[in-house]
Order: sequence, then structure tokens, then C-alpha cells
Amino acid sequence: MQVQVRLFAIARERAGTSQAMLDVPAHSDVAQALSMLGSTYPKLSPLLARCMVAVNREYAQRDHTLHDNDELAIIPPVSGGAQ
Amino acid sequence: MNIILTHAKLDQDALTASVTKPENGGLVTFLGVTRNHNEGRHVEYLEYEAYEEMALQELKRVAEQAKQKWPEVDIAIAHRLGRLEIGEVSLVIAVAAPHRKEAFAACAFAVDILKE
Repeated sequence: MQVQVRLFAIARERAGTSQAMLDVPAHSDVAQALSMLGSTYPKLSPLLARCMVAVNREYAQRDHTLHDNDELAIIPPVSGGAQ
Repeated sequence: MNIILTHAKLDQDALTASVTKPENGGLVTFLGVTRNHNEGRHVEYLEYEAYEEMALQELKRVAEQAKQKWPEVDIAIAHRLGRLEIGEVSLVIAVAAPHRKEAFAACAFAVDILKE
């Protein structure tokens, strides 16, 4: 199945692209998709563990099951302002 | 509810006007300003980038949560994107309510949720 990947900020810089199409086996989860993404874009790989992920614009955990045509967004860590 | 994401300079007056109603006696505005330090290091400027569709959705959620706790408030949130120099306003949250207690509380709450 196909997953549309969107990459932001430093994730985009490391991958060299803001968008990608990932071909993943049916019933893959986010963790598996990230693993494939890291293999496809080796410079991105070390960053992925620290990134948050959104599936179809909702934050998702690594064990979230993906479906065909899902949009997977890779969101690097941000500092949201200190107290 | 007025939710804005823009690369342009934030229009504070327009935002406060959008929550102004005859019933509202208290209006609280929070300005998030780009400061020159973060975690012990000097900051030269900030560059904000957003997953815009999701960012708008999340800002809307912040406003909805505030309204759920304080149903009488009117709230407007604007976040600026792109490069911001030190001293520039990156975020405006304007909250109006019949009484100041709710306006202050809802505004503080909205900032805290947004920063989470």
C-alpha cells in the first residue's frame, strides 16, 4: 500500500525533499514505515527517533496501523517556549 | 473564534476587534515575543515553519478547549510564520469575556495548552 510522507524543517533538509511516496506492506505500522523511510533516506535516519509523527493530521504513536493512502507527517522536535 | 496562521506581521488591533462585543467587559491580550535567548544560548532570530493544515486544526482545538472551560469567552489566536527578528510578535491570543476573571484565566490557559 502507498503512504504519502510529508517532511518538515530539518527532516526535509536531511531527506532533501518535502514529500515522498512510500510503498509499505499491508498492515504496516508507523514504526515499520519509519524504518523504511530511514533506509531510503539515510541522512534522515538518526533524526527519526526524536521526531513526532502525525497520520492524517492527528498525532500518532509508533504502533499505529497505517492504511492505504494515509498521510504520514514527520515533525522534528521543537522548543515550544519555556516557562 | 478567529484562528489565523500567516507570514505577515500580526495585526493585534484586528484580533482584539474580532473578540470585542458589547457584552464583554474584560479583554486580555497575550503577545508572544521573540526573545534573544533560549536555554542559556543567544538567539539571533527565529524561523517558524508549520504543517499548516494540522497547525490550524490544533490552534482551533486550543480555542475550543478554552471555550469548553469558559463558555462565555470569545477567543482569537494568530501565529506568525517565517523569519522573526528579536522583539517581533510571533503569537497573539486575544480573549474577551463579560468579566475579567474569565478573560485572564482563559487566556493563560490557551497559552499553556498551545505551548504543550
